Amino acid sequence: MTSIAPKEQSSEKEVQTEEHEDLRLFGLIAFLIADGMTFAGFFAAYLTFKAVNPLMPDAIYELELALPTLNTILLLASSFTFHRAGKFLESNKAKDCQKWLLITGGLGVAFLISQMVEYFTLPFGLTDNLFASTFYALTGFHGLHVTLGSIMIMIIWWQTRVPSGRVTNQNKFPFEAAELYWHFVDGIWVVLFIILYLL
Amino acid sequence: MTISIQPTNNPPEKLQPKGWLKYFSFSLDHKVIGLQYLVCGFLFYLIGGVLAGAIRIELTSPLSDFMPREVYNQVLTLHGTIMIFLWIVPVVNGAFGNYLIPFYVGARDMAFPRLNAVAFWLIPPAGLMLITSYFINGAAQSGWTAYPPLSITTPAAGQIIWILSVLLLGGSSIFGGINFIATILKLRRPGLKLMQLPMYCWAMLGTSILVVLSTPVLAGTLILLSFDIVAHTGFFNPSLGGNVVVYQHLFWFYSHPAVYIMVLPAFGLVSEILPVHSRKPLFGYTTMVFSIMGIVVLGLVVWAHHMFTSGTPPWMRLFFTIATAFIAVPTGIKFFNWVATLWGGKISLNAAMLFSCGFIVNFVLGGITGVALAQVPFDVHVHDTYFVVAHFHYIVYGGSVFVIFSSIYHWFPKFTGRMLNENLGRFHFIITFIGFNLCFAPQHWLGLNGMPRRVAEYDPQFQLVNQISSVGALIMALSTLPFLWNIFQSFFYGIKAGNNPWHALTPEWLTTSPPPVENWEGEAPLVLEPYGYGKKEPIEIIKTEEE
Repeated sequence: MTSIAPKEQSSEKEVQTEEHEDLRLFGLIAFLIADGMTFAGFFAAYLTFKAVNPLMPDAIYELELALPTLNTILLLASSFTFHRAGKFLESNKAKDCQKWLLITGGLGVAFLISQMVEYFTLPFGLTDNLFASTFYALTGFHGLHVTLGSIMIMIIWWQTRVPSGRVTNQNKFPFEAAELYWHFVDGIWVVLFIILYLL
Repeated sequence: MTISIQPTNNPPEKLQPKGWLKYFSFSLDHKVIGLQYLVCGFLFYLIGGVLAGAIRIELTSPLSDFMPREVYNQVLTLHGTIMIFLWIVPVVNGAFGNYLIPFYVGARDMAFPRLNAVAFWLIPPAGLMLITSYFINGAAQSGWTAYPPLSITTPAAGQIIWILSVLLLGGSSIFGGINFIATILKLRRPGLKLMQLPMYCWAMLGTSILVVLSTPVLAGTLILLSFDIVAHTGFFNPSLGGNVVVYQHLFWFYSHPAVYIMVLPAFGLVSEILPVHSRKPLFGYTTMVFSIMGIVVLGLVVWAHHMFTSGTPPWMRLFFTIATAFIAVPTGIKFFNWVATLWGGKISLNAAMLFSCGFIVNFVLGGITGVALAQVPFDVHVHDTYFVVAHFHYIVYGGSVFVIFSSIYHWFPKFTGRMLNENLGRFHFIITFIGFNLCFAPQHWLGLNGMPRRVAEYDPQFQLVNQISSVGALIMALSTLPFLWNIFQSFFYGIKAGNNPWHALTPEWLTTSPPPVENWEGEAPLVLEPYGYGKKEPIEIIKTEEE
């Protein structure tokens, strides 16, 4: 669908510009594949450690399941609410869209708080042993992604306000990008939850 | 998902500096960015070359008398890192990729011009950081591989700066890779099919796939390593229960593909240069495409052949030996395709052609030692000796750097509008070729006889051969002078090149030299046969008007 059509030349500009298909989403997907490979490296390292390295005799590495399960529910729910906000954006109902975005952002922040609570209640610290370090590195790197995502959602929420917001049904790339990123972070969490807590 | 049409929204003309100042600006023009990559990379090449010279001076005598051992370690670390991450990777990918790919796909710029400029401007700060770390607290001492526990026990400041610098360069590489994939796949001129693209596009597509898939793993690994250094975690620290072999696996998952990131674009560039100067179509286009993609796939699953002495289990050794041997097949196909391209051609032995032929010779030598190194019994014997040093210098210098010089001789007329001096170029080739082989061929012997790499001192029996190697290095250093003089002289006083001095058919020659900002006046030409040389009737270049 690439179309190259010379733009009519304005008097000031000598340089000919051209229009092409919007490739920003394509670029974002490529970036998310790269980002996913970072996680894949971390997962591979964790699984190898688990397979090869025994837990040192006096080391403590126990995880509770309750909070992370709640976290999984929070993130999965936030993916649905984000999607719902998108539907309202498409039908030009900015108020509803903003409401659902706020819920999504709230769920993201709730996830982060819950993660913090888990961090403070766990019986081991970052440098206690290999598995403790890997646990904090993996969840921390994912938490960084959730933090960035929550900030993005808040920016999108502010920019969907009527009438002066810049994200509308006509200019919805920022919304789509944030949504895709959020689903990606959500998906990574599911893999992380299975590998780190269930295996 | 809706597709909205948007202009390439360049900033207003007033904001873009004119003249030579644009090369120091945040320019969005792919040609400017390409030349920024090239010149910046070449400056780092000179610095890396000085460091190589220091290594060779140190090795003229068996004792470490030229510099202290710690400094020797820093010098070899900086040499490796600069040459790989600041010279070869940015130049074969960033420089020629940015300059040529938009021409080849018939576009006026890359898909993401701003990201492109960001990717370039990450490089100078990263390089300066790396070099200044030497003057602050001593640079990293653990080689370009930064294997723990060595990288954890050597002074932390230099190692952390090294990690930050490589992370920046990796980010630059990933941004560039995303840009190339989008440009090649999505920005092609209407009517141009993938299988009609010049070979360099395929090489860059394959390389960019490798970059996007493997560089992030290195980034993640280095982040974990920095935790080990700064926060005293124990990922890779055996005394804290960690596992050093996991680092090696993750590191080589990037760094073996990195070899292809350095050499695949060089394959592509050679495939552009050989047909032009032998006036024949590129032999075996389709097999060339499939062998590039074969190398991409196989390149991702051979990393552990760097680790045969790291306690790798037998099944793993077997798998990685076989996988590595398989890579020789697509590589061999490419080699024979180049030879067949030259076969019976009307060869003009100019500097570009000579350097390309030099590449073929050096690369096949390095490739043969590569196949030998993939065999476990042999590798266990020569692992971490000078044999490995000789092998990879035949690939990265004899391969990639020869191609970079060849490409500079080939495209300099397009870059500047003036020809380089051919006689000086031929002289440059002859002394580079002699110096290179004199420097690195004896190192095979040194390695086979057991001289370890990365050590400032060695057994006195190796002195004579080391001195021969150092003489070769001196000749290589001197060979840069005629090149620099040639560039300087020709830039100001060279013969005017005209649009197409080589009578080439690829699209970058179908415009003025240097090209205008928008690449072509009017519509982009549709080149369906980029290698249609040697035909009786002149090739028809279709310039269609669009509605």
